[in-house]
Amino acid sequence: MNAENIANPQIITQKTIVPKIIVRDLNFYYGDFCALKDINLSIAEKMVTAFIGPSGCGKSTLLRTFNRMYQLYPKQKATGEILMDGANILDKAQDLNMLRAKIGMVFQKPTPFPMSIYDNIAFGVKLYESLSKNDMDERVEWALRKAALWTEAKDKLKQSGTSLSGGQQQRLCIARAIAVKPQVLLLDEPTSALDPISTAHIEKLIDELKEDFTIVIVTHNMQQAARVSDYTAYMYLGDLIEFGDTSMVFTNPKRKETEDYITGRFG
Amino acid sequence: MLNLYTRRRIVNAIGLVISMLAMAFGLFWLCWILWTLLEHGLPALTPLVFSQMTPPPGSSGGLLNAIVGSLAMTLVGTLIGTPIGILAGTYLAEFGQRGWLAPITRFINDVLLSAPSIVIGLFVYEIYVIRVKHFSGWAGALALSIIVIPIVIRTTENMLRLVPTTLREAAAALGAPQWKIINFITLRAARAGIITGVMLAIARISGETAPLLFTALNNQFWSSDMDQPMANLPVVIFQFAMSPYEDWQKLAWAGALLITLSVLTLNILARVLFRQKSASH
Repeated sequence: MNAENIANPQIITQKTIVPKIIVRDLNFYYGDFCALKDINLSIAEKMVTAFIGPSGCGKSTLLRTFNRMYQLYPKQKATGEILMDGANILDKAQDLNMLRAKIGMVFQKPTPFPMSIYDNIAFGVKLYESLSKNDMDERVEWALRKAALWTEAKDKLKQSGTSLSGGQQQRLCIARAIAVKPQVLLLDEPTSALDPISTAHIEKLIDELKEDFTIVIVTHNMQQAARVSDYTAYMYLGDLIEFGDTSMVFTNPKRKETEDYITGRFG
Repeated sequence: MLNLYTRRRIVNAIGLVISMLAMAFGLFWLCWILWTLLEHGLPALTPLVFSQMTPPPGSSGGLLNAIVGSLAMTLVGTLIGTPIGILAGTYLAEFGQRGWLAPITRFINDVLLSAPSIVIGLFVYEIYVIRVKHFSGWAGALALSIIVIPIVIRTTENMLRLVPTTLREAAAALGAPQWKIINFITLRAARAGIITGVMLAIARISGETAPLLFTALNNQFWSSDMDQPMANLPVVIFQFAMSPYEDWQKLAWAGALLITLSVLTLNILARVLFRQKSASH
């Protein structure tokens, strides 16, 4: 059904397209090395935007500027503007914890915390809200249902999160991220460590989650980008080469470089 | 010309034989030590050992005061050393990426880790015993804690470094402040390893003689006052084993067996605990 949407952009435009995040003249540095060069693009609200490109092209780096993950590391810095709902994320005055409450993230490798499945989800919620036992139970169930993990996990909520399989762990991480009720979900190659069935689960999930969340996904898998995203950005060596409707980028790319990459004639 | 497969099998067999011999050589001495200890210690390990005080030469007695003294000083030494060690180790692993303080601390800690324990005993003698003008259980515990600290710092730092960065990033991505990330995520993930380190530190100090010789000294009588000289197994073994009296020598064997068995138990426990925790990951 998604393929149909992509073939007929009019259908998706029934959702009015509002930019959620606007990136302006973004440059990013690892020490002296410039990893992103003058990036300009906008992320549409409640749509899926995919970043594709070969390893080292800067797609993960770009994703990690949205929640300022780079600030954990002293030698990394970003210049330019990233506006979310009009406010500059890169502004020093921006409260990092509140920013990350609004922008959730899921990583390449599943990262369950060393605690029970229930506590894995409650951990993030407790950072922002003090819920009663009942409300917390409901929230945990809601998040697990949203992440399509409830039926598998409901009888072992007290078991360690690490006891789940890889695909289940990744859905647990998605549940943990959405339990905080963010507006944006950043997915950094969320399926590259998973088997095809788990991957299909997660892709289906992405399709459902975009009803409520703005989703940005980094992927190595071009078919995946074509399947799940509404917009695609192709990056190469820190430059944004092409950005547009996924159907256009994949069927009728404007740039020769993009065409070479998606048809596998790259390099 | 031998074919590749045969050559590999021969090299493999030679390597295997050499490593087995090395293992047998190491085990041989260990077993001999254990055997001698059991041979002399077991007959001496009577119920009296656990119920009587250390005797004067020629009369019967036990090691009760020494056992209790050793337990008390080991406990206090561990209680002082462990929190300091865990906090410092956490600093080195979680905050030590920038600045000059962490590398210097790490270097000094490595020096302390390999410092001869007699130097630590003399140090505590100099800064504490001389000032209060008497030997005491506190001084002994202090010396032991100085041995515990570098061991716990080292294991805590190493175990925290084994926690994958992605776990820290995942917690940070939820917006957790750093103190919560450290308390609830990384220390928790490294828990089994850190506890193992503490147990190994306890095992190490429970056999230390030199630092106690200058600090707790010894006490022939029952004493539960940590501010008085305190009996302890290592110094009693040292004193009794060197003596010409057969009763004392027997008690020394019993004490040596006791220490060895408790250190062995602690080591095995530490290993089992660590293995269980790593397996569940």
